[in-house]
Amino acid sequence: MNIEIALTVNGETVRETVEPRTSLADLLRDRLRLTGTHLGCEMGSCGACLVMLDGAPVHACLVLAVQADGQKVETIEGLNESGHVSDLQAQFHDRNALQCGFCTNGMVMSAQALLSDNPRPSRAEIRDALSGNYCRCTGYEAIVDAIAATADRRAGIGETVE
Amino acid sequence: MKSPKFDYVRAGSVADAMTAYAEADGDAVFVSGGHSVVPSLALRLQAPALMIDLSAIEALSGIDLRDGWLRIGAMTRHAQAMTDPLIATHAPLFAAAAPFVAHPAIRNRGTLGGSLAHADPASEFPAAALAMRAELEIASAQGIRRVPADDFFVDIYETAIEPGEVLQAIHVPCAVAGQMVAFDEIARRRGDYAMVGAAVQAVSAGEGLQDVSIAMFSVGNRPVRAASAQVALTGRALDAPAIAAAQAALADDLDPPDDPQFPASMRLHLARVLLGRVLAKLETAA
Repeated sequence: MNIEIALTVNGETVRETVEPRTSLADLLRDRLRLTGTHLGCEMGSCGACLVMLDGAPVHACLVLAVQADGQKVETIEGLNESGHVSDLQAQFHDRNALQCGFCTNGMVMSAQALLSDNPRPSRAEIRDALSGNYCRCTGYEAIVDAIAATADRRAGIGETVE
Repeated sequence: MKSPKFDYVRAGSVADAMTAYAEADGDAVFVSGGHSVVPSLALRLQAPALMIDLSAIEALSGIDLRDGWLRIGAMTRHAQAMTDPLIATHAPLFAAAAPFVAHPAIRNRGTLGGSLAHADPASEFPAAALAMRAELEIASAQGIRRVPADDFFVDIYETAIEPGEVLQAIHVPCAVAGQMVAFDEIARRRGDYAMVGAAVQAVSAGEGLQDVSIAMFSVGNRPVRAASAQVALTGRALDAPAIAAAQAALADDLDPPDDPQFPASMRLHLARVLLGRVLAKLETAA
């Protein structure tokens, strides 16, 4: 069985014909070549595949492409183009909050969702928000630093990273 | 891993969903949020010919008050359970349990009905439903019936829902004046499966605690009502001797299995420690 779907990806309407078993992550990566969405565990544990679905972060490995029919998807490529996370990206870069970069897509998605719901999170709240994101390189401390610093800058506290 | 092939239909109504199930001769799986079903397919733990998507069925959504009960549509997302004012007021243990369920992104998709129907003995909402004495509204070809939570959870991943039936809603008796609730779990990592968990509610009255309801989870093949601990607390002031009596009584309520992670005696010990913590933080619901 193949099913025709239409969804909005990074502001553009996409029409594809997919098998029902095709995950949203596979659609994004294999068909649309949006490879910023990473696939790690494919069972909802690692958080590398997070995308925004109708504005909220979800695991693209656990959403089937057919389930996303008619919905709005934003990937890290879209967030990057929009400039909405440029300050977060700059803080990650400045603080070495990534090494191999595999988890970074998911970290940025979780961080962006956290800061939009809770602009002044505590470090404990940041850690809680990242509980579903594995990083095997950094030990998380620099990632928490980067998100906390971004929250400060967005609140007008501290210096902006150039 | 990738899922095996299956066909897919998005059901417009519960009746359509049940018809599709019957036409597939039962070789089908219902999906709501998909956060248990989809990984189970990817891990090839099941391989149904047909996936029936319930998520577009309007009758499964919505939260409303009726005759002293809160009716929560099965498609209510975990994230909504954390923020919905009706749930916070009338079904407070769902609101208290929700932050412990997996991680933020999972909570944006996972559904209350899906969690209850999946009936993982280590998951939070089944225990909260048991502690609140919820009733589960199940649709079948013969009609609709309501099953008390005490009869709903049968075994690991097994409930009173028969093949082809659909869990439509969760009915929770509204919290009464003086009702106190508390929820907690012990887990190695935030969002991971609990080593042991507890959901408790009770009414504080002049003559001591009444209507004490305690559900423990991750202690066996389904959430377990701690009936002896409930008796040990009933009619007493919530003080240290009463809490100690409830902790001691847990040995009569729980018979946890030995486990590759740790022995049964340790799980019982953790259950007692946790019950003490949860009772100590019982407080009046919002």
